[in-house]
Amino acid sequence: MMRLPTLPGEWIDRTRTVTFTFENEPVTGYVGDTISTALAAEGKRIFGRSFKYHRPRGFLSFANHDVNVMTQVASIGRSTPNVRGDMEAPIAHSKVTAVNTRGGLKNDRFALLNHFSRFLPVGFYYKAFHSKRLFPMWERLFRRLTGLGTVDLDASHRSTPKRYDFCDVLVIGAGPSGLSAALAAAAAGADVLLIDENRALGGSGLYARAGSDAVVAKTQALVSAVRAESRIRVLLSSFASGYYADHWVSVIAPEAMVKVRARSVVIAQGAYEQPCVFRGNDLPGVMLASGAQRLMYRFSIGPARRITLLTANAEGYAAALDAKSRGIEVECVLDLRATPGPDSTALMAQLTRQGIRVVTDVQPIEAVAGRAGSVARLLYRVAGVEDSVAVDGIWMSVGFAPANAFLHQAGAGMRYESSIEQFVPERLPAGLYACGKVAGAYSLDARMADGERAGRQAVSALGAMDSLPVAPVLAPIECPNHPYPVFAHLAGKEFVDFDEDLQIKDIENACQEGFDSTELLKRYSTMGMGPSQGKHSNLNALRILAAWRGDALGEHALTTSRPMFHPVPMSHLAGRGFMPERKTPMDADHAALGAVWMPAANWRRPEYYAVDGVSREAAITAEVHAVRTGVGLIDVGTLGKIEAHGSQAGEFLDRIYTARYSNLKVGMTRYGLMLDEAGVIIDDGVIARLAPECFYFTTTTGNSATLFREFGRLATWWGLPVGLVNLTGHYAAFNLAGPHSRAVLRTLTDLDLSDAAFPYLAVREGLVAGVPCRLMRVGFVGELGYEIHLPFESGTEVWRALLNAGKASGIRPFGVEAQRMLRLEKGHVIIGQDTDGVTNALEIDAPWAIKMDKPFFIGQRSLAVLAKQPLRQTLVGFQMPLGVTERPKECHLIIDQGRIAGRVTSVGFSPTLGRVIGLALVDPVVAAHPTLRVRMDAGVEVLLEVTSHPFYDAAGARQKMEVAS
Amino acid sequence: MKIMTCPINGPRLISEFAYAGELKAMPDPAQATDEQWADYVFNKNGPAGIKREWWCHTSSGVWFIAERDTSRDVIVRTYLYTTEVPRT
Repeated sequence: MMRLPTLPGEWIDRTRTVTFTFENEPVTGYVGDTISTALAAEGKRIFGRSFKYHRPRGFLSFANHDVNVMTQVASIGRSTPNVRGDMEAPIAHSKVTAVNTRGGLKNDRFALLNHFSRFLPVGFYYKAFHSKRLFPMWERLFRRLTGLGTVDLDASHRSTPKRYDFCDVLVIGAGPSGLSAALAAAAAGADVLLIDENRALGGSGLYARAGSDAVVAKTQALVSAVRAESRIRVLLSSFASGYYADHWVSVIAPEAMVKVRARSVVIAQGAYEQPCVFRGNDLPGVMLASGAQRLMYRFSIGPARRITLLTANAEGYAAALDAKSRGIEVECVLDLRATPGPDSTALMAQLTRQGIRVVTDVQPIEAVAGRAGSVARLLYRVAGVEDSVAVDGIWMSVGFAPANAFLHQAGAGMRYESSIEQFVPERLPAGLYACGKVAGAYSLDARMADGERAGRQAVSALGAMDSLPVAPVLAPIECPNHPYPVFAHLAGKEFVDFDEDLQIKDIENACQEGFDSTELLKRYSTMGMGPSQGKHSNLNALRILAAWRGDALGEHALTTSRPMFHPVPMSHLAGRGFMPERKTPMDADHAALGAVWMPAANWRRPEYYAVDGVSREAAITAEVHAVRTGVGLIDVGTLGKIEAHGSQAGEFLDRIYTARYSNLKVGMTRYGLMLDEAGVIIDDGVIARLAPECFYFTTTTGNSATLFREFGRLATWWGLPVGLVNLTGHYAAFNLAGPHSRAVLRTLTDLDLSDAAFPYLAVREGLVAGVPCRLMRVGFVGELGYEIHLPFESGTEVWRALLNAGKASGIRPFGVEAQRMLRLEKGHVIIGQDTDGVTNALEIDAPWAIKMDKPFFIGQRSLAVLAKQPLRQTLVGFQMPLGVTERPKECHLIIDQGRIAGRVTSVGFSPTLGRVIGLALVDPVVAAHPTLRVRMDAGVEVLLEVTSHPFYDAAGARQKMEVAS
Repeated sequence: MKIMTCPINGPRLISEFAYAGELKAMPDPAQATDEQWADYVFNKNGPAGIKREWWCHTSSGVWFIAERDTSRDVIVRTYLYTTEVPRT
């Protein structure tokens, strides 16, 4: 291999070099080279080892499809695995090595596996790994033997920006058809975005030349026109990685992912050239003719000195002419067909004039390697007679597979067009168009005409809901595709899938074993599951499958290749986390007070306030004790806070909650339980009537956003004109509780706090520490207490004022843990903890909260049905017998006569009672027993004493009555 | 990503919307038998085809009805709920 003479338009800059090492040997390439072209320029032919058999591999497609050249690139501060050498530029001074070798590329010790291929049959993993006991051993072995690069665990985190783009028409592929489509769409007034994975426009129009300048000149004219058209924006070195609903296309640009929303999309991605399947077709030196053309014209690389063309189409003859014009010796053209078509015959005349012989009706037998491991000879058969040709390059040009991944992803229908032996679109979704080779148009003029048509259509039907009929195929005179370029050899090693090292017999054996449909074959054999996703292998495998079954190819559907179209670095996909964390205004104050945080929906709340030298348990106990005997203050600002306005707001709340609100007096509050239509408890809160047509109410922290949204739906559905305002983020709230709470509050407000003026369950509005507040006297923790709601921005000020005013009374801020214990002592149910997704309102024994005599509330009718049935479970209180040290946990099971009879829902040590107390949901029959048997961790069982609950102040006197302060 | 058209705010990304189930008429609780009521509460309309559903544009809180053809994965039309929506 060698660097060819300079050519205008080549992609390399011969004035600048780049140096790196490959397998520890220094390599110097030009700026513009890829890793593999730099290696090839130095005469190297073996770039990697195959996945399974560790066979030496060189160039195959040179189209970003196969992974014969897969490398690990180590540069300063970073080692990147699985860098595709055909695509990526070498980094100066980097160390490049081939992946998947043991002891280096040249002397890969695993190359021995090549001789054991018959012990690695298709489905080997399924057949060999039955034993769970032996699996870890096998896994370790095969992780070493087969594989890709090594992840650098020390690599710094890298993420790339995500960009957004919008256009009328997105054209994917900038070959002659895509260029023509973009021009036609722009001419019709559309804003066009044209993308191509290559670094230059033109596609095959600049490398499939047939030894002349005619095609290049026409393509260059298109390129110039596109460059001059202001309505066309061009994005190069960028590939579309997936097609998603409503023309949403992810585009992978070098340093960013671009999410493109188009109004219509033109697929002009062309076709992937396919290999001929024969023994030794993977030897270095055997490659696709189009790949060789790309090397010759883009990088001025001659991938061989003396070649033969193994062909079955006019494109092969054209490639032979290109080789000759770039100074590569063409030994002969070997045509698989008995009768070359008219295009081939015309090109044959030119070849003959240059002294190149053409042999027809050829059957390849085997490519044979020379001493260096790359190809040295091709054995073939003509009319029953074996012959051979000595070459260092075999270029295959036997046909193409349409690059229709996005058509499949978008749900297009395909049909097999037998005149060109190719799948073409039959049915396209609205706003999606295909043109060029992907739609069956091969000659330059046909591709340009097809592109124009698609570009025009894409604009004419912009925004239409229905799709246009698919345009007729502009089929070439000569078929570009051989129907069955597969030549089995008794000794095998005819490769179908180069990524996964699959041979003809692997496909046939899979069929034999019953995996004889496309989807099954793929999964059993791993065919098409390598990094190229079957771009060079699916079609040949399907042909072998169809031949094995004796079917026509068109009766089988190709699998839909899923995103990503090409491998995408994880850093392109990684995004930032957008999990909001909400903080109440007192967040910094909590932290200063020693708060230990716990999550509460998307908020954080103090679990308790840590005290130096005091254990967690003791700190919580002290908080509980303060509330029971003195005064405590807790931030409850995470509760959902909603206002409902209007003359029918009461009726609205009557329908949402189980209790009645239309008769609630102004200035009073009432507890509310919310059910779903099945009667299951979903939320609870306190509803206050501030004015005849204004209610203010709370929901639990976790449900506030979804419930507010649902209230909007219910108001719409019921046609109730109620104005709903979500004040959750606008208001701060805290609860001042304990026998001394009134005394503390009194120092900060002029409100009359006497029982007569501000009784239990009343709501009042007034100034606290000079700030307008809403105060509700509720029994939150079972003591005299006030829930104070106030504007968010004044939260900290009043919080501090209360703590200051309470100093003399020993006020303590308390956290969620103390709150839970205080509420548990009172037997208060926590929705979602003491109830679950099926607990209905009858099961928590709260008949006082449910007004069945109302005209309607959500869940009422279902409760009427449930009331006729025996209770499934009921909530009971329990305490641990004195002297028992074990403590059950939430969700430990209640066992009765060997069966599960319920579970513990809340449990904890009550400092007030000096006992472990809790609640359990249990079978009503078992609940009537004096004791419950609970099964704890490690199977230990203890007995719990069933008690009444509330455990503390069952009459509720402390929260209602004047307490000496 | 799919696009849905909010009757008030126009076409927006589907990630801005929330779904709240089928639009179905509630039988009169006073008249319905227990079986009819259980059918209303628990049985959903499964077969592929045109569905009428509650959707909310969450950024603006607009509730509306979307008709989706689940056999084609297409949003056929969207409109505001009014009392004229037939209770079927």
